[in-house]
Amino acid sequence: MRVLMFGWEFPPHISGGLGTACYGLTRGMSSIPGLEILFVVPKAHGDEDQSRIRVLGAGDITLDIRKIREHNYLKDLSYIEINSNLVPYTSPEEYEVLVNKAENTGRRFVETTMGGKLNFTGSYGKDLYEEIANYAVVAGEIAVTTDFEIIHAHDWLTYPAGIAAKRASGKPLVIHVHATDFDRSGGKVNPTVFEIEKTGMHIADKIVAVSNLTRNTIIDKYGIHPDKVVTVYNAVDPLPENEKLQLSRGINEKVVTFLGRITLQKGPEYFVMAAHKVLKKMDNVRFVMAGSGELMEKMILWTSSLGISDRFHYTGFLKGDDVFRMFSLSDVYVMPSVSEPFGISPLEAMQSNVPSIISHQSGVAEILKYALKVDFWDVDALADAIYGLLNYPSLAEMFKKHGVQEVNDMKWENSGKKVHNIYQEFVK
Amino acid sequence: MRTICLYFQVHQPFRFRRYRFFDIGNDHYYYDDYSNESILNKVAAKCYLPANELMLDLINKHKGKFKISYSISGIALEQFRLYAPEVLDSFKRLAKTGQVEFLSETFAHSLSSLNSPREFRKQVDAHRKLIKEHFGQEPAVFRNTELIYSDEIGAMVADMGFKAMLTEGAKHVLGWKSPNFLYCNAIKPKLKLLLKNFKLSDDIAFRFSNKAWPEYPLTAEKYVAWLNQVPANEEVVNLFMDYETFGEHQWEETGIFEFLKALPGIVFKDSPFSFSTPSEVARKLQVVSAAHVPNPISWADEERDLTAWLGNEMQNEAFNKLYSLEEMVDNTDDDALRQDFAYLQVSDHFYYMSTKFFSDGEVHSYFNPYDTPYDAFINYMNVLSDFEIRVNAGRKSHENSDVARLSRIIQEKDAEIEKMEKKLSAATKSTPAKKSSPAKRGSPAKKSTGSRKK
Repeated sequence: MRVLMFGWEFPPHISGGLGTACYGLTRGMSSIPGLEILFVVPKAHGDEDQSRIRVLGAGDITLDIRKIREHNYLKDLSYIEINSNLVPYTSPEEYEVLVNKAENTGRRFVETTMGGKLNFTGSYGKDLYEEIANYAVVAGEIAVTTDFEIIHAHDWLTYPAGIAAKRASGKPLVIHVHATDFDRSGGKVNPTVFEIEKTGMHIADKIVAVSNLTRNTIIDKYGIHPDKVVTVYNAVDPLPENEKLQLSRGINEKVVTFLGRITLQKGPEYFVMAAHKVLKKMDNVRFVMAGSGELMEKMILWTSSLGISDRFHYTGFLKGDDVFRMFSLSDVYVMPSVSEPFGISPLEAMQSNVPSIISHQSGVAEILKYALKVDFWDVDALADAIYGLLNYPSLAEMFKKHGVQEVNDMKWENSGKKVHNIYQEFVK
Repeated sequence: MRTICLYFQVHQPFRFRRYRFFDIGNDHYYYDDYSNESILNKVAAKCYLPANELMLDLINKHKGKFKISYSISGIALEQFRLYAPEVLDSFKRLAKTGQVEFLSETFAHSLSSLNSPREFRKQVDAHRKLIKEHFGQEPAVFRNTELIYSDEIGAMVADMGFKAMLTEGAKHVLGWKSPNFLYCNAIKPKLKLLLKNFKLSDDIAFRFSNKAWPEYPLTAEKYVAWLNQVPANEEVVNLFMDYETFGEHQWEETGIFEFLKALPGIVFKDSPFSFSTPSEVARKLQVVSAAHVPNPISWADEERDLTAWLGNEMQNEAFNKLYSLEEMVDNTDDDALRQDFAYLQVSDHFYYMSTKFFSDGEVHSYFNPYDTPYDAFINYMNVLSDFEIRVNAGRKSHENSDVARLSRIIQEKDAEIEKMEKKLSAATKSTPAKKSSPAKRGSPAKKSTGSRKK
């Protein structure tokens, strides 16, 4: 079986969890005999791990403009070309105006390079909507020139590409929902993004959700029939021993860590409130907020006005090894997310022997046993959980003992098999 | 003689309220009064009152032939007194029939037998007194919390003067032997052992209303037929179960009361069995052998071991921490502290922390007020932390209290002296000659007060 898969990013060029999840899933699927994946991203850098799958950059495809005009698979794309304020994927504070290039016929003019190729950045920049639309153009081209049996598109950025490929080839489309705009926006959805998501979900033949939490959002908010939506949990790759960095501590105090984007979705303010409560009761503890985001300044001002700045630290954005360094210094990891479709970082914390507290409003809470779970808004419960982990040693001991095993038992192979089963509903 | 020995366990814990870490040192009240009272009233209405009434009817109906026994934890007795005195009255009426034996256990339904012989003895004595006070009986048979038993615990119980003890007829202890005989303790053979027939007990307690069970529905006739299949040489069938089986675990709608109501009559009509109290069984039957139980057993779960209470790190930390305070609690005469210490020992708290049944936590979750074992642990440890602060403070104030008591006595004496002086001075007004002497007597007294205060 050959799969035409559309993603937006692929390691090592990633900016968030989407690329990691796509990489893990495709690797997990690569052990299935007879399954071939062509993974398309807007821009291929050439240094992607192609040992198990083929990675193709949309910018490397030569377009035959005359051919494109003949196809009508782009007609559904006109809706993303409206003139409005838009919120791109990772930086909702950044607005942009898209120039309407569409004619009323629904046909579009496509600017190509001299060789008939399109330029892609593969980022989440200013011309995001244009890139999404161009990506779909190329997707249609790939769909008519490549042989495959099923299409798989990851998250809203690639839904138009998936739709175009389905239109062009008539092959079934599976879309994979790693997040919805309800998670990203805290309820105030961007109407354009919502429309793209909704169209993708309705046109798709099957929808994969990364948790039941997300599955319910898809059913309730996007009006999709429950039978069409299947939950397949993410997993995490085991951490090689040599990557378990052990940093010597400069301080004797306990360290409680928040690690993630400092945005509404991640619930940083509940972490601050809980820290404030804990610090009233004990003083041999420090709190670290690692990451960056639009609420960072607000948090800094707030922690100083609460008078806890001497115990509350900011690291800015961490990547690569710094993440594991931070874990190796931590006694407790906290993820108070308001809405987290899955949430892979507590799994990474647990792999590094750090006991985790996660919110019930995260998909990962549905499968973890050796973690404390609280409602994100229940600051008292969160503070109590932090205090308990710091002061009653057996709890942390137990989490360390069983947590690594629990996480290592979540294998991408299992997720891959479930996705393969879904394919088999359509392809015999 | 072939006989059935019925024993019912009656217990309700004092559940803790949600006790956050910031309450530590600030708020010393730990209990969830609302749920304790409402749960007790619910169970009283569904189980204790109707079941007691039925038992009383059966005893009156089968004059002198139907006999039962209870073990009621001290904690449950206190809750009856607080929330449902009518339940206590109905147990007293049962006691008056002379057909009901009340067994001894630890006051707090505690696990103290596993950790502290001294605390264990103290609690058994306290419970013994309570039973005497309420039911006018001097208990002669002991049953430990959750039927926990080992050779050593049995020896301890024998030393306390008990004639017999109840425990589980655990397969891994008995092997090929049958629980349907009288056994004795391996160290002190004078202590006789009644072993639970878990198959026939659990048929009623756990399987009665299970529609997936091939034997469903269970009728009294069918049950007596099973009793008749017990080999003829086996003498006693010990049916031990939670009293809450009737009406609470098995709802009234399942027909459990009808089953119970019909059972004695059919036993008398269709089988050679009689009913006996544990004391009668211990007195009348011959011991066949000693039971060797080097490691503690209980009546819980498939394993019949202690892992439901002391099976993970959290439970062990909480348990050890609790009993590390024992000596300090002993040294206080603060009744509130002693009471809290007892309530902290209730085995249920440790049961709530069990991680054994993450997958099939049915039985465990049914009785559990917490969402997760971690919640249970953190809440318990918060309470225990506050309790520890009070125990430490109590010890200090205990040292201080000597000083306080002495200075109080001195103050009283001073006041008395002053009063006497006034009397005297009033008297001396009429006889001016003695005017100066009271003042002189007064000042050394005051001086000595000062020195004694130091």
